Amino acid sequence: MATSEHLRTLEAESIYILREVAAEFARPVLLYSIGKDSSVLLRLAQKAFHPGPMPFPLLHIDTTYKFREMIEFRDRQAAAIGATLIVHTNTQAIAGGAQPFAIGTQRCCGLLKTTALLDALEAGRFDAAFGGARRDEERSRAKERIFSLRDAHGQWDPRRQRPEPWRILNARLNPGESVRVFPLSNWTELDVWHYIQAEQIPVVPLYFAREREVIVRGASLIVPEQPFVPLLPGERTTRVMCRMRSLGCSPCTGAVRSEATTVADIIEELVAVRQSERQLRVIDHDQDGSMEMKKREGYF
Amino acid sequence: MSGILRLCTAGSVDDGKSTLLGRLLYDSRGVYEDQIRSVQAASRNRTSGPIDFSLFTDGLRAEREQGITIDVAYRYFATARRKFILADTPGHEQYTRNMATGASTADLAVLLVDARRGIREQTWRHARIARLFGITTFVLAVNKIDLVDFDEQVFRGIVEAAPDALDGARVQAIPISALHGDNVIEPSARTPWYDGPPLLPFLETIDVAGRGASDAFRFPVQLVLRPDATFRGYAGQVASGTIAAGDTVRVWPSGARTRVTRIVTWDGDLPVARSGMSVTLVLERDLDVARGDVLSSAPPHVGRRFSADVVWMDEQPLRSGCPYVLKHGARSVTAEVDRTLSLNEIGRVTVTAARPLAFERYGDDRTTGSFILIDPATNFTAGAGMIAEPVAERRAGLAGNHAAARLAQAARGADTDEAAVTLVERMLEEMLI
Repeated sequence: MATSEHLRTLEAESIYILREVAAEFARPVLLYSIGKDSSVLLRLAQKAFHPGPMPFPLLHIDTTYKFREMIEFRDRQAAAIGATLIVHTNTQAIAGGAQPFAIGTQRCCGLLKTTALLDALEAGRFDAAFGGARRDEERSRAKERIFSLRDAHGQWDPRRQRPEPWRILNARLNPGESVRVFPLSNWTELDVWHYIQAEQIPVVPLYFAREREVIVRGASLIVPEQPFVPLLPGERTTRVMCRMRSLGCSPCTGAVRSEATTVADIIEELVAVRQSERQLRVIDHDQDGSMEMKKREGYF
Repeated sequence: MSGILRLCTAGSVDDGKSTLLGRLLYDSRGVYEDQIRSVQAASRNRTSGPIDFSLFTDGLRAEREQGITIDVAYRYFATARRKFILADTPGHEQYTRNMATGASTADLAVLLVDARRGIREQTWRHARIARLFGITTFVLAVNKIDLVDFDEQVFRGIVEAAPDALDGARVQAIPISALHGDNVIEPSARTPWYDGPPLLPFLETIDVAGRGASDAFRFPVQLVLRPDATFRGYAGQVASGTIAAGDTVRVWPSGARTRVTRIVTWDGDLPVARSGMSVTLVLERDLDVARGDVLSSAPPHVGRRFSADVVWMDEQPLRSGCPYVLKHGARSVTAEVDRTLSLNEIGRVTVTAARPLAFERYGDDRTTGSFILIDPATNFTAGAGMIAEPVAERRAGLAGNHAAARLAQAARGADTDEAAVTLVERMLEEMLI
């Protein structure tokens, strides 16, 4: 389906965006979320500045509830690439007992992701933050600009976004403002996997199917890594052949039943499957238009 | 064919653009089942008919509540033959700026017309904007053909009344029903009088290459890469043409001549780089090349003044004689214009920049022929400009020494005496005419 030619076009556009940011902003940072999109973004950043090093650090917002394999992969990758890695956690909220089953997913995300992100950006005085978000992921993201303007509180106002004719990017900011930059805006989930295959980019093993100990809850398969994930009446853990389609916090990210053990298998599965990747992310569905609301509050 | 077709949509409110896009996404399986379920849930609150396809593309709560599209939404779908990037642009006149944004990167525009209403002022306006932005291939999709009983005469009447803005463009008129799918993916049995292709097969096979751009090599320098004392390279994306290692190029606006010794990428050095590729060029001579300079094989226009068509996108009107930040390629300069424009107005202005720029006419090259105007007070992207013609710098006091230095430098850099004369002649013409 995808041609290598169209992947080269997407790659060249993304590299153009990465270079514009490096040229025009004082303190860029790459938000590294460890998932497949971040892995692609990282490879593109390596390419954009070759033979020089990436001229910005990586920032990971660690909720402490990410899958263990994600954290191991993160540290291994950062070391292999020689990148500077900043890890930030809202330790105060964790100490206060923040977890999804105690305070609900909306408040938990707000404290451990949005607040933590805004605090980390402020602490680093970062004026541009790269993210791996794509416009095909979700309805409000389809309206995002390449440079997503945020106010002093990191908030998104869809009516204040600047027009982006051609590929001329306006990098001028008023005091206190910053941008989130999305070099993968025009990529689709399938493009990302095709590129990972073509470039042999390492990804977290959680993406590949194997037997895992899970709680089967409706259509979701929950991996009980965190001790606070409750077993509902009648539930027990079982071993299921499954994989993650999207990576997040283990209590809120469901696995899908799958036999796909290689990138080629995953691509084949995606072409056949008719469900979107964020379906098993509980946090997108807590109310209608919830991604739009999270973005207005400063979420990615 | 790059493997990607970029298209935008245009038409009046209620002509059914969002419905058509929803249909394309749905039928080409670009919309996943859980998104469909969420749309079905939302549909129940609004309509009692079949799935409301426009809900796939109206992304913001405010839009769903008001039943309108207020911002450009980008959609992606792929078939076995092509990947499509589709800018769904709003129909309301107050969002003309978004139509302009969508058209600026598109290869093709789909003009939606309601078969019952015919072509309206808004559609004509959109067609004109699309032409202005360099689109030369159009689909005139005569929608809701089911509501006029699939009447061929109605279709013919609309095609014949096609706006003047389409004169000289390549136009494919297709009778469709976005709601019922007639002539969208498959030929419809209900329009036996139509023997052209359905919409999607047409989009899959249309060749839009070679639109406008001339073949000269042009490369705006984005970034100077100097990781250590041994390497100095110029990073950027090839705007047009091709370059091979060993080729001679000039650096503009200075006009200095040099040779490309290496084309560097992370995947190894390349013998040749083509239009659209992001690469890093190493030059033979240690020249003073900076971000914003343009490397090219044919001399561009170099100057501080040019006429341009500007689409004004800000509520604060464009004022003559006030300073704006003009971003052209990778260079930002202070500039002013000679007339005013209000929100959504399109007009021909003369631009005077504080420093010389190396540019082309928009019709010759979309990249080095386009610019944006930024209001320095708000930093809003207020205008989109397309360069029409260079304009002579009449005030010798300003152009004076600067011009002489540029001429001398250009002449010194030329390969032969003959080339020097041609170059100086062209530069003088631009300054004096």
